[in-house]
Amino acid sequence: MEYKDYYKTLGVSRDASQDDIKRAFRKLARKYHPDVSKEPNAEARFKEVNEANEVLHDPEKRAAYDALGSGWQPGQDFRPPPGEGFRHQDFRFSEEDASEFSDFFSSLFGGRGPSPRGEARPRRGRDQTARLRIRLEDAFQGATRQLQIDVPELGPNGRVVPHPRTLNVRIPAGVTQGQQIRLAGQGSAGRQGGPAGDLFLEIDFEPHPFLHPEGKNIHLNLPVSPWEAALGATVSVPTLGGAVSLKIPPGTQTGRRLRLKGRGLPGDPPGDAYVQIEIVTPPADTEEGREAYRRLAQACAFNPRAKLGV
Amino acid sequence: MNTTASDLEGVVLDERVTVTFTELTQLCGSDAEVVRLLVAEGVLRPLGARPEEWRFSGIEIRRARRALRLQRDLDLNLAGTALAIDLLDEVEALRARIQALEALMEATD
Repeated sequence: MEYKDYYKTLGVSRDASQDDIKRAFRKLARKYHPDVSKEPNAEARFKEVNEANEVLHDPEKRAAYDALGSGWQPGQDFRPPPGEGFRHQDFRFSEEDASEFSDFFSSLFGGRGPSPRGEARPRRGRDQTARLRIRLEDAFQGATRQLQIDVPELGPNGRVVPHPRTLNVRIPAGVTQGQQIRLAGQGSAGRQGGPAGDLFLEIDFEPHPFLHPEGKNIHLNLPVSPWEAALGATVSVPTLGGAVSLKIPPGTQTGRRLRLKGRGLPGDPPGDAYVQIEIVTPPADTEEGREAYRRLAQACAFNPRAKLGV
Repeated sequence: MNTTASDLEGVVLDERVTVTFTELTQLCGSDAEVVRLLVAEGVLRPLGARPEEWRFSGIEIRRARRALRLQRDLDLNLAGTALAIDLLDEVEALRARIQALEALMEATD
């Protein structure tokens, strides 16, 4: 297994005070906490930081760790000292947390098998959270998605073993960005006959080329020609449920927002689609086209910058 | 290392789901007093006047789990937790809005 340099993980020197360690941990925890952080690998980093803190914030565990000496490099192959070792020491920590820690940690502070003092009481397994990336269309229609997750399980020797599992999960229609789906009993296994934890899947939408969700509502930019905007027209608008007709009122300007009630993600009530009008001018790349623009300029004495006073 | 496949139907934690006070504490793996304090502080807003009548929506379940994790991991007090949760909600709403607006602007460019 790999040696872990807990001091390096927290960015403190080996002679750091307990206060320094506390401050360093808090700072990193704020940065990488999965509930707060937008860093891509926040969850993994937070686990490392949490493990380092678990050891260094407790003077007894820190002393045991320091006793390994300072000659180790992070990632160096590590074998626990033979014989007496550290396992005889009576370290206390939350067992739920411990199942998240590394092999290196368990080899030093392990002893998580059946307790010698007969304290083996049933314990509920840990809850797991995973991200589920889906298409907007899947959220509209509902879908079944296959996903693979690594659930940390305690092996017979008290070591943590990642246990890969494949799940087929039904995604109900109408889920929104960030919403969670709870799968009861699909988290880490319980111990001593305790129930399994839950699995929480957090919905994350793949970006759609032109439909942009906000909660259950969908935003869309709709290009229209100058004559459609000026004279009014009925045009076709793409929505999740297929194309629908939208009436553009005469005299519409760029930036005007029209609402298609109930054309967002399904629900009770369903979301709406908001269509933002964008007037697009045809290119003047033929003599006929240029002539048409000139005639338009003559016909409408129009200053688009009148409001700017110029 | 074996692989198991199963077809699972989960529960979406949205406004249609409700759980009782007892169910919420079990879901959060926390003791009742901690959850009661979160209600008193206004972090959680159940329907119903008294604890035995409390009903928490799916949205509240997510807030509760998040609040308890932050409290534990960042060593926050109650007021700090309440502030963090409110701000995180606001940040999430603003992020979604910015994303939608930016996407519309890109389409215009």
